[in-house]
Amino acid sequence: MKNKLPVIAFLLFFCCLIFFPLVFKTPFPRHVLIMVFLYATMGIGWNIIGGYAGQVSFGNAAFFGVGAYSSAILLVHFGISPWVGMLVGVLLSALLAVIVGYPCFRLQGHYFAIATIAVGEIVMVAFLNWNFAGAAVGIYLPILEQSLKNFEFHTSKLPYYYIIVCIFLFALAVCYFMEKSRWGYYFRAIKNDPDGACSLGINIRKYKLYAFILSAVITSICGTFYAQYILYIHPSSTMDLMMSIQICIIVLIGGLGKLFGPVLGAIIFVPLTELTRVYLGSQGQGMDFIIYALIIMVIAIMRPQGLWGVFSREARGTR
Amino acid sequence: MNELLIVQNITKRFGGLQANNNISFVVNKGEIIGLIGPNGAGKTTLFNCIACFYNVDEGKIFFKGSDISQSTPQRNCQLGIGRTFQIVRVFKDMTVLENIMIGAFLRNKHPRDAKRKAMDIAAIFGFAHKLQLKASSLTIAEQKRLEVARAVATDPELLLLDETMAGLNVQEVKESVELVLKLKERGITLILVEHVMEGIMSIADRVIVLDDGEKIAEGSPRDVINNDKVIQAYFGDKYHAKRREFTTSIQ
Ligand SMILES: Nc1ncnc2c1ncn2[C@@H]1O[C@H](COP(=O)(O)OP(=O)(O)OP(=O)(O)O)[C@@H](O)[C@H]1O
Ligand SMILES: [Mg+2]
Repeated sequence: MKNKLPVIAFLLFFCCLIFFPLVFKTPFPRHVLIMVFLYATMGIGWNIIGGYAGQVSFGNAAFFGVGAYSSAILLVHFGISPWVGMLVGVLLSALLAVIVGYPCFRLQGHYFAIATIAVGEIVMVAFLNWNFAGAAVGIYLPILEQSLKNFEFHTSKLPYYYIIVCIFLFALAVCYFMEKSRWGYYFRAIKNDPDGACSLGINIRKYKLYAFILSAVITSICGTFYAQYILYIHPSSTMDLMMSIQICIIVLIGGLGKLFGPVLGAIIFVPLTELTRVYLGSQGQGMDFIIYALIIMVIAIMRPQGLWGVFSREARGTR
Repeated sequence: MNELLIVQNITKRFGGLQANNNISFVVNKGEIIGLIGPNGAGKTTLFNCIACFYNVDEGKIFFKGSDISQSTPQRNCQLGIGRTFQIVRVFKDMTVLENIMIGAFLRNKHPRDAKRKAMDIAAIFGFAHKLQLKASSLTIAEQKRLEVARAVATDPELLLLDETMAGLNVQEVKESVELVLKLKERGITLILVEHVMEGIMSIADRVIVLDDGEKIAEGSPRDVINNDKVIQAYFGDKYHAKRREFTTSIQ
């Protein structure tokens, strides 16, 4: 009986995913929905390293950027399909995760968090000065005939919506199976007590690296999607430190280390940013930032463990 | 050839402080070794060296014939050395069952198998009715027991227990002693650090005494407590009068 409730809730959620576009027919709400699932997916990616394994990354936007630029460069300069570009981006992001993680995960404490800020900034500066990649101007993707094969659609946002929902469900599934597997237990053990974990035979450096690679891969896929969706990328829209921080805020709001935490966080956070930007951003006084900073503070004070707990059994005290 | 652990002239320094100074001893398969000594004697440091949380500055450590002196904690655990910590290090946000499963995963890759094994071990350690409790909600005594349980779940051949009886009442010490004997029956060799003498003296096959980083005595519990150096280390020169009292309280 008790185990059926989450299943029913998930099926309902799934139906909503499919039928949302029938309710929201105009472009703007559809755009917001797409951004919600884009950010939810990035949040899931961040949650694996930051929430489960407890290694806070402020550089995940670098993977987003690598994903976006890999497919964009391959398409613009070599005419290679963005779907192939997506895979290349995934491989490069995984490589970057190893290059950053391998030396950092030897050290305990906050070195990793600091290093990720530095790496994120280095990657961004590199792209800002790399002429082949459009430097500060960025890359305009060529307008091709709309088709799934070309990963471009011009008459409606609907196909993009269904693609991002598929990517989102994929990431959710990866996270779900990770959580249930040995990796998931090990990640949480490492977060709880690294010394205790290695006394039980866990190679913590290796498992932190696994978590970071998973995180990088999921975030990189989001980057490619973004490039194909907006069709214009530049360094500050794809790898800014602010984006890394937003991803982490989404997970913190929703619930750290909870499967659906990032989803909840994105559902609250993304419409808020989009709406405040549309209605208040044009005044140019940064009202949008002030409003959502306020909301984040309220949540942080009222429910420091994130909102997801509100729905879980332990929060209702029935355990 | 039933020497499980050979410690050869190891020295560990922290800056100018010699926490372990030229210590040697041998542990045979199936033995229970008591490791005693006043505060700051270097007992925990010795454990950390054997478990490779610290690498020794000098000397060698052999476990089952292979040199582990420059190994890592996780490799040592994989080889069959389990340990607990003097200051508890349970996974606080995880349940009792999950804590033990983390240990069980070392030899059982599938969560289903790890869970089954963890449940068996939980039963031995009296956690059968507390499987779903968060580790942080246990008492300190229970948390220490949980640390032993999760270490046992890694199937160790040698188990290092650092003051697992500290802070227990008489009844709990008795249960703890029974538990140690049960572990011995399972074929586990144990080294126990304890201040609780009545716990350790009744079950140790051999006792090693450290003082100020050096090994000052080794032998049967009875020999060790009558050893002059040991009495001096514990009570100082002036307290010979206390000697009789001390001896009787232990026996
Ligand atoms: N990481 C460390 N850095 C510096 N000094 C240390 C470190 N660990 C231990 N020491 C010092 O080494 C000496 C031995 O400490 P150790 O913890 O091994 O003693 P102990 O016998 O376990 O004592 P207790 O009975 O109080 O647990 C002490 O003087 C201690 O201050
Ligand atoms: Mg100690």
